[in-house]
Amino acid sequence: MIQPIDYYAVAPPLILALTAGLVLLLDVFLPRAPYARPLLGIVTLAGVTGALAVVISQAVRAAGPLRTFCVPPGLPGSAAPGPGAPFPVTAPEAGAAPPCSFVVDGFTLVFAGLALAAGIIVVLLSMTELSFGDIPAGEWHFLLLCTLTGAVALPASRDLVMLVVALELASLPVFALTALRRYDGRGSEAAVKLFLVSVVSTAVMLFGISLLYGLTGTVYLERLARVPHAVPGAAAGAVSGSGVGTAGPAAVTAGGVDGAYASSLQIGHDLPPVLAVAAVLVLAGFAFKVAAVPFHAWAGDVYEGAPIPVAALLSVVSKAAGFAGLILVLVGGLRNLAPVWAPLVAVVAALTMTAGNLLALRRRRAVRLLAWSSVAQSGYILAPLAVRDERAMNASVAYLAFYAAMNLGAFAVVMLAARRGESGELDGYRGFAARSRIAGPALAFFLICLAGLPPGLAGLFAKIVVFRELVGGGLGWLAAVMAVNTVIGLYYYVAWVVRIFTPAPVPAATTTPAPAEAPAMAPVPVPAPAPGVAGTAPEAVPVAPGAVSAAAGGRTGQVAAGVAIALAAVVAVLFSVAPQTVFVLLPETLIATG
Amino acid sequence: MSWLPVALLAVPLAGAVLLAVPVGSAARGPTARERWFPRYGLAVSGITLALSAVLAAAFDHDDPARMQFVTNLPWIPGLGLRFHLGVDGVSLPLVLLTALLTFLCFAYLCRGRPAGSGRVPAPGRSATPSPGGPSTPSPGDPPGAASGRPSEPADGGRPRALAFTLLVLEVGMIGTFLALDLLLFFVFFEVVLIPMYFVIAIWGGHRRRAAATKFILYTLLGSVVLLLGLLFIWAQTGTLDMTALARAHGTGMSRAAQILAFLAVGAGLAVKTPMWPLHTWLPDAHTEAPTVGSVLLAGVLLKMGTYGFARIAVPMLPGGATVLAPWLGAFAVIGIIYGSLACLAQRDLKRMIAYSSIGHMGFVLLGFAALTPAGFNGALFGNIAHGLITALLFFVVGSIKERYGTAEIPSLGGGMLTRLPRLGSVLTFAAVASLGLPGLAGFWGEVLSLLGAFRPAAGLPRSLYLVFMALGGLGTVLTAAYFLSMLSRVTHGRPVETVHAPVLAAVGPADTGGTGNAESGEGTADVGSTGRGRGHGRRGMRDVAPHELVAWVPLMALILLLGLWPKALLDVTGPVARSLLGAP
Repeated sequence: MIQPIDYYAVAPPLILALTAGLVLLLDVFLPRAPYARPLLGIVTLAGVTGALAVVISQAVRAAGPLRTFCVPPGLPGSAAPGPGAPFPVTAPEAGAAPPCSFVVDGFTLVFAGLALAAGIIVVLLSMTELSFGDIPAGEWHFLLLCTLTGAVALPASRDLVMLVVALELASLPVFALTALRRYDGRGSEAAVKLFLVSVVSTAVMLFGISLLYGLTGTVYLERLARVPHAVPGAAAGAVSGSGVGTAGPAAVTAGGVDGAYASSLQIGHDLPPVLAVAAVLVLAGFAFKVAAVPFHAWAGDVYEGAPIPVAALLSVVSKAAGFAGLILVLVGGLRNLAPVWAPLVAVVAALTMTAGNLLALRRRRAVRLLAWSSVAQSGYILAPLAVRDERAMNASVAYLAFYAAMNLGAFAVVMLAARRGESGELDGYRGFAARSRIAGPALAFFLICLAGLPPGLAGLFAKIVVFRELVGGGLGWLAAVMAVNTVIGLYYYVAWVVRIFTPAPVPAATTTPAPAEAPAMAPVPVPAPAPGVAGTAPEAVPVAPGAVSAAAGGRTGQVAAGVAIALAAVVAVLFSVAPQTVFVLLPETLIATG
Repeated sequence: MSWLPVALLAVPLAGAVLLAVPVGSAARGPTARERWFPRYGLAVSGITLALSAVLAAAFDHDDPARMQFVTNLPWIPGLGLRFHLGVDGVSLPLVLLTALLTFLCFAYLCRGRPAGSGRVPAPGRSATPSPGGPSTPSPGDPPGAASGRPSEPADGGRPRALAFTLLVLEVGMIGTFLALDLLLFFVFFEVVLIPMYFVIAIWGGHRRRAAATKFILYTLLGSVVLLLGLLFIWAQTGTLDMTALARAHGTGMSRAAQILAFLAVGAGLAVKTPMWPLHTWLPDAHTEAPTVGSVLLAGVLLKMGTYGFARIAVPMLPGGATVLAPWLGAFAVIGIIYGSLACLAQRDLKRMIAYSSIGHMGFVLLGFAALTPAGFNGALFGNIAHGLITALLFFVVGSIKERYGTAEIPSLGGGMLTRLPRLGSVLTFAAVASLGLPGLAGFWGEVLSLLGAFRPAAGLPRSLYLVFMALGGLGTVLTAAYFLSMLSRVTHGRPVETVHAPVLAAVGPADTGGTGNAESGEGTADVGSTGRGRGHGRRGMRDVAPHELVAWVPLMALILLLGLWPKALLDVTGPVARSLLGAP
């Protein structure tokens, strides 16, 4: 039978995939001319922008969610659960829509838009990175588009198989991207580490998913969500008796609906332990992806070994994909197992933010500091998930959006600085504000945003959103842990900001720099603006003819990074002044059922 | 919607934004630029001051308890955050104080530093190896290692950035006193952190990095705890409107919830105030900050903490306040005694004034702890008086430090009234005002606070408060003791040349005409490790300079005015105090 496909719904990943193919073809057939590399970048950029345009058009359409890849009504899977499942789900009500694998709803659009917007920045950074010339451009852009395809398809997934496929599509190309620079030992090491960690996490997650499927007989999240309702008492009895395989006759009754309103404590007691194990395994798998404790150790080496655009990709796009999957599975699929996973998530969040911040505290290299700080930020994003309230998920998503803008901006400036020959050491950033009159204050702004203080209001509001959910949700201890962590985080962010504005040590010979000789190196006559310049004068960033483009001189590669910084700065300033732009994007009901 | 409060915020903000735009006086020389930026700041803060004067004039003094000039616009619907500003009798004096002190700071900075004397601009600074930021305070810039080279100027250098920072600081300070939305209050409360951090970290003294880091980490920790408390209030009551919450007087919150919220909010504010066990950031920050930083820190930033008690903690959480007020009073009294004793042991003038702030803030907190209109009035009065007096003290000490190159009491060598009669007189005036001489502003705050403790609100243990009052009275004696002993060592006696060649650091020849040129260059500065010599020394030091006089005279006049006519302020705060406490 022929399944109808809603091509409008699948357009964003489709466009990305087709562009990926196009880039690969172009790379083969284009002559090895100097324009080839930028051209590939521009094609990639066009593809990502096009996909983003489709996502935006889907968002403004303002109709119900788009569904496709649904189970046709005639198939047995559409109505009845799989045979032989110990804890089969209830049959859906008569007349209910058949489950679908691909749903475009508010949740999907937010995450897809986030991934694509971040993708644009990453592509721009890639154009700078690729202008070095030691990385094959065609493969790079192909892999980048592949991982973006996965990241866009993932939040639309509403069944476990599709979810895993999309997640792997988002993850696998990153290994290759990490190792793509030839003869780079650190890059290869990072790629191997990332590969091993990722594969292990996938295996763990697949084990959990197979348990879920084996127990419930369904892969659709919507049906998984109904699991415990079906077996209020029988499941506990069955499992206490014999464990996994030999379940008693699970009574599928209409009373299951009433069971839905049992207290969460009651549900917690009635849950079969195997389901809990499955939930924990799935959680562990995603914890690897988002670098949560205790699966965080790979972050430092991998971020530092990878090219900077890949580190940015890992810290934002891959992380967003991981969180999208996590929210889908936990909130969408296993929401009735919340008594099991919510405390676990709370503990993991607390540990993650603490470990990330403590590890970032003594770092000497910029990218490594950003790596550990992004681990800490993962903790902040995880924290609201521990509140058993669907509205609290919005806090996670909002924080992720704020974080994406701030972190990408920081990576973009680090990229530009690296391209200009700054050392990656934090101490190398001394006097950066004097050398780069736009990029320096911009970096300071992004870092203060990440620290969450005015003038970086975006970060402050992001933290307030999370704090609000935690305090309102009764997780006072987690809020207190996060409060302490905010202070720790501020320490290293501000230490970096101070370096940016500290005059660089100048050799004694140049004690009398003539203005014409080295005007940018004389820190005092240069009235370096304090941080918040970018915050208070956003329009100055894109239009200023200053350091970004002028100092680039003939080096074209820096222009792309400059544009990336400008974009990130504009978004971060927008988020600072009008954070409601994020809040209004968040849908009322987060996840539409498949 | 009223335009005045918005304009009070918009003017300094616009001024700061204009400074950030990288255009301007690039064509002129560096000297002109150095003079131009403080004057620009003076103009902007002058407009702000004029606006605040208009605010005070247009304020309906017959009904100060009513919230006036209310602006209430939605800002962030997703957070329920509204742009809600307003002025009443509690905030009006603080707004005026803020605008005045910022203006005076810029006036103090407008001294026209000459290009030739003073520091050598670029190389002097760039050759200074700076520590690698707060994370590595030890290797880079220990005080001992700093001896061989000139330290950075107290408030010179990067005038554009300094003006920018001070203007942003003004936005945050005024905003804090105007905000009527809990989250908006918090946002403005936080706005001051980064600018003040940079004021200390860039323009501060030798150990500025460590002090600045301590300042920001400490106060941020307090702020986050405060945020948790505010969000908890929100979660309990469902509103962020401070006027509505104050009117509700805690209805809608259980007693336990009020205690918890008061604990969190109070702890957060107590860091800022600072209250005794949470004060340790303050001496370092005050000592290392440049003069204008110390003035604003002591004059306004500390008031943000006490203002929070008056505006949020006590009126919104009366149940929690009743339970915890004795603790607040106890910590306040310990702070009074501790601050005074610490002052007695200080050798550095700036540090001594910093510790004296802890004592004075103790009186303010004791006034709040009484939970009576009298105590509240005393606290609010003491707040303003402390802002004026301590600002003056820091100004004077900053000038002393510039002249002598040190603020160590033993190094000053006494006899200031002989050597610098006017400066010595101003110092004496400020110190006497600070110790609470009747007839000057410092007196009324202390007396009213003690009076409040004498008759605390019903429900509070009176005998305990009588002990507080007695200890507070002892504190006033100790305060007098350390100030008088300081005066006897600094201003009295025979001048001793402890510093070989007193340094010309304060007053350059540019704005003083020939005197500076004629007398400069007679000796070479060699003032040891604490010296701020720049190669120009001279035998006689110049007495109070015009720019200093401009900055100090308004403060002295106000101290005198409030001391002789306290009703001017009490009439404004009194009705509000009653309404905030729910008293008839």
